[in-house]
Amino acid sequence: MSDMETLQADLLAQVESAADLAQLDAVRVAVLGKKGLITEKMKTLGAMSPDERKAAGQQFNTLKTAVADAIEAKKAKLEEDAINARLAREAVDITLPVRPETQGRVHPLYQTYDEVVAIFGQMGFDVAEGPDIEDDFHNFTALNTPKNHPARQMQDTFYLKGEENGDKFIVRTQTSAVQIRTMEKQKPPVRVIVPGRTYRCDYDATHAPMFHQVEGLIVDTETNMAHLKGCLIEFVKTFFELDDVPVRFRPSFFPFTEPSAEMDIGCSRKNGELKIGEGDDWLEILGCGMVHPNVLKACNIDPEVYQGFAFGIGLDRLAMLKYAIPDLRTFFESDLRWIKHYGFVPLDIPSTASGLSMTGGNKR
Amino acid sequence: MKFTLSWLKDFLDTNASVDEIAERLTAIGLEIEEVVDPLAAVKDLIVVSVDECVAHPDSDHLHVLKVNTGKELVQIVCGAPNARAGMKGILARPGDYVPAFGDKLKAGKIRGVESFGMMCAEDELGVGPDHTGIIECPEDAVVGASITTVYPSDPVFDVSITPNRGDCMSVYGIARDLAAAGLGTLKTPKHNVTVCAFKSDVKLSNEATEIGAPFFTLREIRGVKNGASPKWMQDRLTAVGLRPISALVDVTNYFNITFGRPLHVFDADKVKGQITVRSARDGEKLTALDGKEYTLSDGMVVIADENGVESIAGIMGGEASGCEESTTHVLLESAYFTPESIAKTGQKLILTSDSRQRFERGVDPASTIPFGADMAAQMIAELCGGECSELIVTGKEPERPAPIAFDPHRVEKLCGVDVPADTCKEILEKLGCVVKSDGNLFSVVRPTWRSDISGSHDLVEEVLRIYGYDKLPEIALPRPNGVHGILQPKQRREVSVRRAMANRGGCQTITWSFMSSKDAVPFRTKDAVLIANPISADLNEMRPNLLPNLVSAARSNITKGTFDGCLFEVGPQFFGFKPMEQETVACQLRFGQATPRHWAVAQRSVDVFDAKADALAALDAAEAPQSVQIVREAPAWYHPGRSGAVKIGKTVLAYFGELHPKILKAMDVKTTVCACEVFLDRLPPAKKKNGKGVKTLKLSAFTPIFRDLAFLVDRKVDADKIVSAAKNTDKVLITDVSVFDLYEGEALGDKKSVAIQLTIQPVEKTMTDEEIESVCRRVVGAVGVATGATLRS
Repeated sequence: MSDMETLQADLLAQVESAADLAQLDAVRVAVLGKKGLITEKMKTLGAMSPDERKAAGQQFNTLKTAVADAIEAKKAKLEEDAINARLAREAVDITLPVRPETQGRVHPLYQTYDEVVAIFGQMGFDVAEGPDIEDDFHNFTALNTPKNHPARQMQDTFYLKGEENGDKFIVRTQTSAVQIRTMEKQKPPVRVIVPGRTYRCDYDATHAPMFHQVEGLIVDTETNMAHLKGCLIEFVKTFFELDDVPVRFRPSFFPFTEPSAEMDIGCSRKNGELKIGEGDDWLEILGCGMVHPNVLKACNIDPEVYQGFAFGIGLDRLAMLKYAIPDLRTFFESDLRWIKHYGFVPLDIPSTASGLSMTGGNKR
Repeated sequence: MKFTLSWLKDFLDTNASVDEIAERLTAIGLEIEEVVDPLAAVKDLIVVSVDECVAHPDSDHLHVLKVNTGKELVQIVCGAPNARAGMKGILARPGDYVPAFGDKLKAGKIRGVESFGMMCAEDELGVGPDHTGIIECPEDAVVGASITTVYPSDPVFDVSITPNRGDCMSVYGIARDLAAAGLGTLKTPKHNVTVCAFKSDVKLSNEATEIGAPFFTLREIRGVKNGASPKWMQDRLTAVGLRPISALVDVTNYFNITFGRPLHVFDADKVKGQITVRSARDGEKLTALDGKEYTLSDGMVVIADENGVESIAGIMGGEASGCEESTTHVLLESAYFTPESIAKTGQKLILTSDSRQRFERGVDPASTIPFGADMAAQMIAELCGGECSELIVTGKEPERPAPIAFDPHRVEKLCGVDVPADTCKEILEKLGCVVKSDGNLFSVVRPTWRSDISGSHDLVEEVLRIYGYDKLPEIALPRPNGVHGILQPKQRREVSVRRAMANRGGCQTITWSFMSSKDAVPFRTKDAVLIANPISADLNEMRPNLLPNLVSAARSNITKGTFDGCLFEVGPQFFGFKPMEQETVACQLRFGQATPRHWAVAQRSVDVFDAKADALAALDAAEAPQSVQIVREAPAWYHPGRSGAVKIGKTVLAYFGELHPKILKAMDVKTTVCACEVFLDRLPPAKKKNGKGVKTLKLSAFTPIFRDLAFLVDRKVDADKIVSAAKNTDKVLITDVSVFDLYEGEALGDKKSVAIQLTIQPVEKTMTDEEIESVCRRVVGAVGVATGATLRS
């Protein structure tokens, strides 16, 4: 081995043995710095003969390149080691839980409300509203239910204390009162649904003193009972998201419609489990009929010219049926465990375009 | 309305099965609640013969029987007085269901003697009323055969009758409707004129023909012998849930159910002097047959004699003149009372009876004499003996209804189903109408029993009902042209606010619109809106505020182990007892810790800033104006130092804050609670933007500059004042000011340190250091003038 080869091996060993970037830099200065070993050797070239210089220059350059390359490589290696060491130090237990964010819920009744609005909205219904406190005229008399009418006993009415000009006030027993308020304000054609709170003096396993209805009303010159049937069948199919639901219309009685009907949908009740859309049993879900001429007259609308239909559905009941919620009373108990279980994540916004039962993502 | 199959078949000649009858009843609007065959539950019980009957060794009234089942001899202990060798009876063996026990029978020991079953009485099995002894089967009953060979199956129908169908509050009426619907032929009972033995000397006057008793008759029957009614009648009454009492009473109940013809029988010997049908006088009292005393008032129709009121007309008779076992001399009342009068009296007295139910819905006035005064009197005479007097009549049967003009095309116009005019006529005639064709119009006289039919629309329903609702076609609803808004702006707001509150972690709840006055008192700002007939004492007031219900909800969650949470409700609160005196409020309430215990996040209680954030988020979701003021004014239910209001001008849009400790103490909540109330109805209407609401974005070519300034200021000074003063210093250059630090240490005494960050946005050119410093100096000056703050060194 020549002297140069020995020197190169020695210098490369120094580079290799550098433990960190500081030591490596010390080696670099000692070898390649202004007064470094190779720099000093380079300086000796000037005093050489041209032939010697050429040969020695080549040797020195080879040596310089080899050492410089080695330093670069070692530097990269040490930097890599340093970052790896830092990353190893920075490692955390990624199984720890994330920072808390609370995810709220929309009550299943209001999810149902939004679904019902989406379905009827698409059929061209506007949404009307009216007050919870009503007078006798709007809740009963104008709805063809005069005083002492036996139908008044079908409903247990809450009365309020206090009166004005001899009028007593009640909390509405039915959203039908808003039929009258709507027709007082708006001449036909009328096409509205009315969701809202309703109240009856009744509280047991299947009745709550407050519950929710959605009322539907169409008044124009053409709409007949076959349209009513078409409209409600479309509604139940869309709402329950079934291609086909067996439906039965039965004659019934409501003071404010004539002819009146109740609508049943097909279901099965095998093993105590209710399934909608199949089976040979029937489940009553709503009352409906053609608007009674006396109701139109009460709103100064000529029943010889105008006609239409009305229906009333229990929103709570719809929610219970669709989402298999067993007990009505739990709707109003504010139990956070219940709301988290049966409620809907805020991003689950029903639309007939995206499908009613998007999940809006997982519940947390 | 309950009846049995055999009862129906007395009046309907049909081969239809029970299922077919049930289905057709529902199809014509007489909705079947259920059909129950009482024998179905006991069909496994068998006929046995009693081979041996000896006295129980340890009892003076029990017997020990050996009964023969046809296969074996079984030992039975029996206490019935009619148990004897040689008779045939019905045996229930261990494992058999016995309705009276509601359970399966078990073998047992009675006074030391084993008994492997029981001999049954009728009432124990629900097959009849008898409870005097065990069933005695006919001699030709087959030993070992099912009880169904001895008792014929007679299913009980339970039909729900809507308030308009008084005519179907009777077995006969239901048979008539089924016959009209084509399910058999109506068997009309024969009406025989009553043989009158004498002219009654009872004096009757009717002063109430104008106030509810237009037609009132009495028939005196002398020499009756009251006792038990015949078994067939008792069986029927029992089957529909009535208790047989005596022949005289049972006949009236039987006619009520069979013909919908309410009647009353007075014991004529207990009635004194002239009988008057009249209005009650205020304060008159009567102890009715239910044993309760009723205080009557003017306008109620009563039947009175010299002793006073004897009966509340059409609703309930009085105890004093009621029939007893010893009664021999009666007055049978058959009358027509108007629905209005009966309803009014019944509602005032809160008194219900089978009779009231029928009169209130409308009894057939034409049935008063044939079904009441004649057929019932004849049945009494037949069952109890006695002689009938001539009928005493006051008033007269109300006038027959006037014809209704009916255009059969109305059926198609209203129902969308084409029913030919001939078919309409046929259906109406089957229902008992008299129909005359007059060109395209019909002139229709309704039957006397259908007082619910008053106009053309009723006839449309009748035609459709019998023609079949199942034949209604299904037509898709035509869509109106053009785009609809569907939700009004106010409703859109509510939807957005609900989703926004849920998005901030709130769980939506729905609480009653009413609450207890006790909890409401601290939250009232106006007079209480009280419910006259609350469902319970703690739900007696329309809520003046949503908060107390939510505080109660928080408390009940804490009780159940959920110690932290966020609830919200969007709903009405009430400030008056008249319609429209309510407003929609979105209320979000947080209780306990703001975050769960967590390795990386320090825990803290909910506080006023959570509530403030909730309020502002809800207002943003509702598209409220952004130029609002936050002011220190909140109602008394908030912590006075940790609450505020969001206002625009004088209008309060929202309150927020921590709840007052006194309120929480009164409502027994032991954790921190904060809440906001957002008054959605008070927001100015959101502008309709049609997609044009957004300005074109202009991005600055220059990078913004950030400078921090820390001020020392009196603790009482609101940070907001510092921020506004800073912002207003240069509205062009200063685009944002935010508070990033607050220090209130003891070292600062009654001062605090508030640090703000300014964002300075150069407009036309980059700014020099000197220009930037100049902006900062102006800010320090302006803040100093506005608040007395000095720059912290």
